[in-house]
Amino acid sequence: MNPMTFLVLAVLTVAAALTVVLHRNPVHSALGLVATLFLLAVQFLSLDAELIAALQVIVYAGAVVVLFLFVIMLLNLEVDVRAVGGPMLLATAGAATLALGAFLVAGLRRDVGGAAADLPVGFGRTATLAERLFTIYLLPFELASLLLLVAIVGAVALARRRI
Amino acid sequence: MVADAVIAAVEALFIILLMLQVVALGVFFERKVSAVVQDRVGANRAAIFGVAALGLVNTLIADPIKFLLKEDVRIAGADRLLHALAPWVALLPALIAFAVVPFGDVLEIGDRIVNLQAAELDIGILFVLATTSLGVYGVILGGWASNNRWSLLGAVRGSAQMISYEVAMGLALVGVVLSYNTLDLQEMARQQGALLWGWLPAWGILYQPLAFVIFFTAGIAESKRIPFDLPESESELVSGFFTEYSGAKHLMFMMTDFVEVALVAALVTTLFFGGWQVPYLYRDGFHFPWGSGIGLPSLVVTILQVTAFMLKVVCFTWLQTMIRWTLPRFRYDQLMRLGWQGLLPLALVNVLASAAIILVLRRP
Repeated sequence: MNPMTFLVLAVLTVAAALTVVLHRNPVHSALGLVATLFLLAVQFLSLDAELIAALQVIVYAGAVVVLFLFVIMLLNLEVDVRAVGGPMLLATAGAATLALGAFLVAGLRRDVGGAAADLPVGFGRTATLAERLFTIYLLPFELASLLLLVAIVGAVALARRRI
Repeated sequence: MVADAVIAAVEALFIILLMLQVVALGVFFERKVSAVVQDRVGANRAAIFGVAALGLVNTLIADPIKFLLKEDVRIAGADRLLHALAPWVALLPALIAFAVVPFGDVLEIGDRIVNLQAAELDIGILFVLATTSLGVYGVILGGWASNNRWSLLGAVRGSAQMISYEVAMGLALVGVVLSYNTLDLQEMARQQGALLWGWLPAWGILYQPLAFVIFFTAGIAESKRIPFDLPESESELVSGFFTEYSGAKHLMFMMTDFVEVALVAALVTTLFFGGWQVPYLYRDGFHFPWGSGIGLPSLVVTILQVTAFMLKVVCFTWLQTMIRWTLPRFRYDQLMRLGWQGLLPLALVNVLASAAIILVLRRP
């Protein structure tokens, strides 16, 4: 990956992510989330992971956030209704962020150096990924689908009670 | 490297311009087909050389000029930025999706063989799904940013409809991908050049007839046109999510509809009707099943293929226009029932049946 590309993408991604947290209007926040997810997909693309990039856009940017927006529009949330925590919450969040940042910097400093490894043949291609997924990672894959099924059944059960 | 980039850019430009011709034809069909369906003459004022139908060409030029010259109304209380952004978010993804649609086999320039597909992506059809799934934001933003209840209602309807039909569409494509064993649209088009029993072109419709019906229906629903035009519903929501749009922005939303019609036509052609394949035409000319053949230079073959692709796309654009002027609008519960209780189970059955048949047939 070209360092310049990464830098530009990283700055844009962080800016979009900050919009999600800091913007006062919930619709703008949701759109910031779309931008963040889309830029992450571009990051995947520049890492030769085409399939992951496509899935990121289809599932997250294309479907999940649409549902977020749907809820925001149906509830017609006005600007300034979002809850802002007290000083204790802000202090805790700030400390946690700083700790996580320090942890990441420390971890990354250790691993800097060494030439980048060559990509194995067929890396990131759909066939390669699918082959792995349906052989050595079959159990986690099936467990994840079971988890999704449980979530769907739970959602239907909760919604049914209202109707 | 530079040559490759230039070729890719020229190809991208070519397919976009090609499809904009289909869009123009779509507008032409819209007026002429509606006239014929409703038993009137249609375009009876602006004739060229005395031929009334040719007069519609005038409107193709006059319409955009009219839209561009109209006032761009500023709406009180609207979210200016998102309001201006929405038409772009709607139009661009639909245009970008054409990048992976192949419009011919190969073009030989000197000793270089150019694959006639703007972007050769391993993910192929998933790229189309990804871009079209972003188009829904144009609808949501347009409706929300307009500060108008009709617009908001249209946007909510539109997003629910597009998400619902995307599910059936994606599952219909699973069956298609299973039978071609690839995601790349060019590879799919090439496989359809094979012959069944030595004479029948092996087009996708023969393998996946059910997927065709589901995909085509869901595709029309995605383009939000009658009978699936609840996001617009002129009789109840004025103009739905783009009620508050005027001038060039309104034109962009209108154009999105027609670009999506062209996209659905191009995808149906590529997935189910051989793409650029002309029956019995190979890279060196015609080889008929009864033994005879006609040798053709490579350039002629390519031109024939691109023309065939274009003709097929135009046919499906016409068919969509016919459907649009034949069927009345669904009620909202009917729309949702068709999507979730009709198309979705059918698509699931199609996936299971296709997988079972392929498992039996391909067993070594």
